[in-house]
Amino acid sequence: MLTRLLSGDKPRSRVLTLLLLVIVISLAFAPFLFPGTKSLETAARICIFIALVASYDLLLGYAGIVSFAHTMFFGIGAYGTALAQSVTGPSFVSILWGTAAGAVVAAIFALAIGLFSLRVKAIFFAMVTLAVASAFAVLVSQMSWLTGGEDGLNYRIPRELTPAFKLIKAKVFDVRIDGKLLAYYLVFFASACLFLVMLRIVNSPFGRTLQAVRDNAFRAEAIGYRVVWYRTTATVLSAVIAALAGSLLAIWLRYTGPATTLSMEIMIDILLMVVIGGMGTLYGAVLGATIFILAQMYLQELMGVASNATSFIPFVSDLIAADRWLLWLGVLFILSVYFFPTGIVGRLRASRG
Amino acid sequence: MSEPLLQLSGVHTHIGPYHILQGVDLTVPKGGVSVLLGRNGAGKSTTLRTIMGLWTASSGSITFQGRDITRMETPAISRSGIAFVPENMGIFTDLTVAENMTLAATKGPIDPKRLAWIQELFPPVRTFWNSSAGTLSGGQKQMLAVSRAIVESRVLILIDEPTKGLAPAIINAMTDALKELKETDTTILLVEQNFAMASSIGDTVAVMDDGRIIHDGDMAEMVADKELQERLMGLSLEAHQ
Amino acid sequence: MSEATIKPRIEKAPLGERMIEKLPVVLVPALAMLGLIAVGNPATWLTLTVAGLAMGLMIFIMASGLTVVFGLMDVINFGHGAFISVGAFVGFTVLIWLGGWTSSPSVFLNLSAVFMAILVAMLATALMGYAFERVIVMPVYGEHLKQILVTMGGLIVAQQLIYVFWGPDEMHVARPESLQGSFVLGEAAVEKYRLVAVGIGVVLFVAMRYVLKSTRIGLLVRAGVENGEMVEALGYRVRRLFLMVFMAGSALAGLGGVMWGLYQETITAHMGQEIMVLVFIVVIIGGLGSVEGCFIGALLVGLLSNYTAFLAPKVALVSTIGLMVIILMWRPQGLYPVVKAK
Ligand SMILES: Nc1ncnc2c1ncn2[C@@H]1O[C@H](COP(=O)(O)OP(=O)(O)OP(=O)(O)O)[C@@H](O)[C@H]1O
Ligand SMILES: [Mg+2]
Repeated sequence: MLTRLLSGDKPRSRVLTLLLLVIVISLAFAPFLFPGTKSLETAARICIFIALVASYDLLLGYAGIVSFAHTMFFGIGAYGTALAQSVTGPSFVSILWGTAAGAVVAAIFALAIGLFSLRVKAIFFAMVTLAVASAFAVLVSQMSWLTGGEDGLNYRIPRELTPAFKLIKAKVFDVRIDGKLLAYYLVFFASACLFLVMLRIVNSPFGRTLQAVRDNAFRAEAIGYRVVWYRTTATVLSAVIAALAGSLLAIWLRYTGPATTLSMEIMIDILLMVVIGGMGTLYGAVLGATIFILAQMYLQELMGVASNATSFIPFVSDLIAADRWLLWLGVLFILSVYFFPTGIVGRLRASRG
Repeated sequence: MSEPLLQLSGVHTHIGPYHILQGVDLTVPKGGVSVLLGRNGAGKSTTLRTIMGLWTASSGSITFQGRDITRMETPAISRSGIAFVPENMGIFTDLTVAENMTLAATKGPIDPKRLAWIQELFPPVRTFWNSSAGTLSGGQKQMLAVSRAIVESRVLILIDEPTKGLAPAIINAMTDALKELKETDTTILLVEQNFAMASSIGDTVAVMDDGRIIHDGDMAEMVADKELQERLMGLSLEAHQ
Repeated sequence: MSEATIKPRIEKAPLGERMIEKLPVVLVPALAMLGLIAVGNPATWLTLTVAGLAMGLMIFIMASGLTVVFGLMDVINFGHGAFISVGAFVGFTVLIWLGGWTSSPSVFLNLSAVFMAILVAMLATALMGYAFERVIVMPVYGEHLKQILVTMGGLIVAQQLIYVFWGPDEMHVARPESLQGSFVLGEAAVEKYRLVAVGIGVVLFVAMRYVLKSTRIGLLVRAGVENGEMVEALGYRVRRLFLMVFMAGSALAGLGGVMWGLYQETITAHMGQEIMVLVFIVVIIGGLGSVEGCFIGALLVGLLSNYTAFLAPKVALVSTIGLMVIILMWRPQGLYPVVKAK
């Protein structure tokens, strides 16, 4: 049963299984295990990013395509849902059509970019997506009549998903059973579903061919696979899932703006999460997103403390200031591409723990 | 037979996942022309590229003038006195004929006497001296490729199928030029599929198949021995007919 | 052999074909004409055109290194923007040190300060290029995927180091006295600095062409772009050549950074990353590896950006993407596809 759910793609390492179990259980019971707003925010963010990062892994790890437009698709999904809420008012119907519209637009964009630039050279794709995504971000921040510009959009979501809604009067384990909790479980289960769908995709014949194309495009072409078709399909699938993850974020935050969805910073975060977790494993996305977001939320504080503690050594304290944590991530990123190209998951599997 | 100039022993070459050369043993004596025959895909070009260091042998050794060059880098191998005319000729089409020649002269400006001699051998190199090499015909490119290899005196020249796709008249001209080159104390390792041409110029001959040398000996012997030719012909030469 | 057998084979392309070959060159004046029609007012058009050329030439300076580096070794450096930012910060630091020179009314002192800033910035970025090539690029030759990731990592680290050395804030430096203000040509006002930028850009382009066409190094670079293996087989170390080109390209990016910084008078650690969007568009339009294509692409992007910035400011960046799409539909490999012998 579990094996079927995972599409037969098991973690294949005892330590990894354990880690994944801990993460899944913690996320599943987060509202009860870690009460408090900040920890719930963190947990929801982790869920959404697991789906988002896994969808990027579909492209990077399984198809060997580097895209810098993933946040664009993420943003399209988020703005789709957000606009639907602001235009027609909060309702589940508008969530549905907003999300669907976002996914369709993302698919069309991905199809266009894919057909256009995957034909020529893989490296074109990276450059074209970078340019297109930047232009898109600029455009969104300038069309303020529609998108709210840099300030983004604040909107209401159905009352059933807000703290104002009480499902039952009593508290369970001292936790209020309110709309926020429902929203969290919506995010959790939707992310889990997306993840399982992706596991299914990569373990399907399509996914296997995709990996064959990644490993030797020339040969795959010779055998008769239409390489461009496979790559473009992967691009579209990954874009749609990213858009859906974006919709989840839009529902969860009740706010959508360039900084939370479209920015280059988030694109770089996604890259870091995939590579550190382990490219081409999907499970890497779970580890990568969890570790990264926990670090982002908590390690930065720690660095701040360490920096203050070393404030008498001028240069060192600058180096470990909380704002500089991206510096160390960058270094870690380069080192992991060199030395652990398969990331944490690859390491764990290799050591057969 | 004189001392060996170039010696390959047990050379294996892998290209990506493919095991192409599977233990090549080849000796090129000093002076004269050694011919390497073999059907398409036998591994002749791969052998030359491995000698040049453009592929690295995964095992075995290559010695040139008594020096181990197996792991040396291509530029160093080139500077030790080996010139290379690749199968695709390697002409810089973006440059003029003159610029192609200038780059080939690594020790300084081209010696005018030598240039005159080369242009005598290959007149198009004079005629189109200032033209873009990209506008040359296939035969003219081939002549330029050989000219480039001999712009300075070299110990050994590796030439990969210089007659490929050329008209008979040009094949004869190319053969004459190589014969004249042979008189200049330069050793030539020639990959050829045209047996008539190969036999008219070769001193020794080796035949390859499936990444190995399956025969080697004197060319005269092979020319005389119809039966041997027949046997190897079936393997190596029919493809060309 | 007789000349007769050879003669007939020299092929001259028919006139029509040669015209099409030259067509990309015509695009620049054509776009300028279109701009004139769209803008209407000749004085405004002149101002915009000079601004566009200045911007285009600055982008060309920054992009040229990237494209040659790609042509030579099939390396695409996503961290190229780091050199732009670092160049700008180093250059501005020098200008601040030389505050006395920049605020003096003497044109000579002003220009000397700018010259010093450019020199130091180029030196610094060339050295940084050396380190970048050895540490970041060299270990991943031939692996595009890793290359993109690692050079992107290099960009992040470099940007963060700018924060460490220069602090998190943007930096502001006014242009030297004599480079402020505009010339008035009839009704059109043309900023002095833009003319200087055009001047530097043109001189650099001419110098670069000279180096590429007439020096041995230039010939080697062009030969290496087409067939690096053959260059090695002739006895040249392409790796070393590549390192030199990489450093030169980094230095040019640094120069571009200083010029761009003086143009905006404000610089941030992210400026390089932002300009890289335009740089990539230019490199793609021109054809990866082609310097001529890069030049034309840069001018097109510069002009178009300025015209649209005037006509419909919100879609300036989108319009350059549109230009890229149109050109790729016409020529899928860019204006001047580079022939690779492989
Ligand atoms: N770059 C490469 N990648 C993969 N396989 C290659 C490569 N180059 C050559 N091969 C394979 O190596 C084998 C030998 O090729 P090689 O070019 O050496 O043959 P050859 O004897 O020169 O043939 P020909 O007479 O057709 O030139 C062939 O099977 C070829 O397919
Ligand atoms: Mg061959």
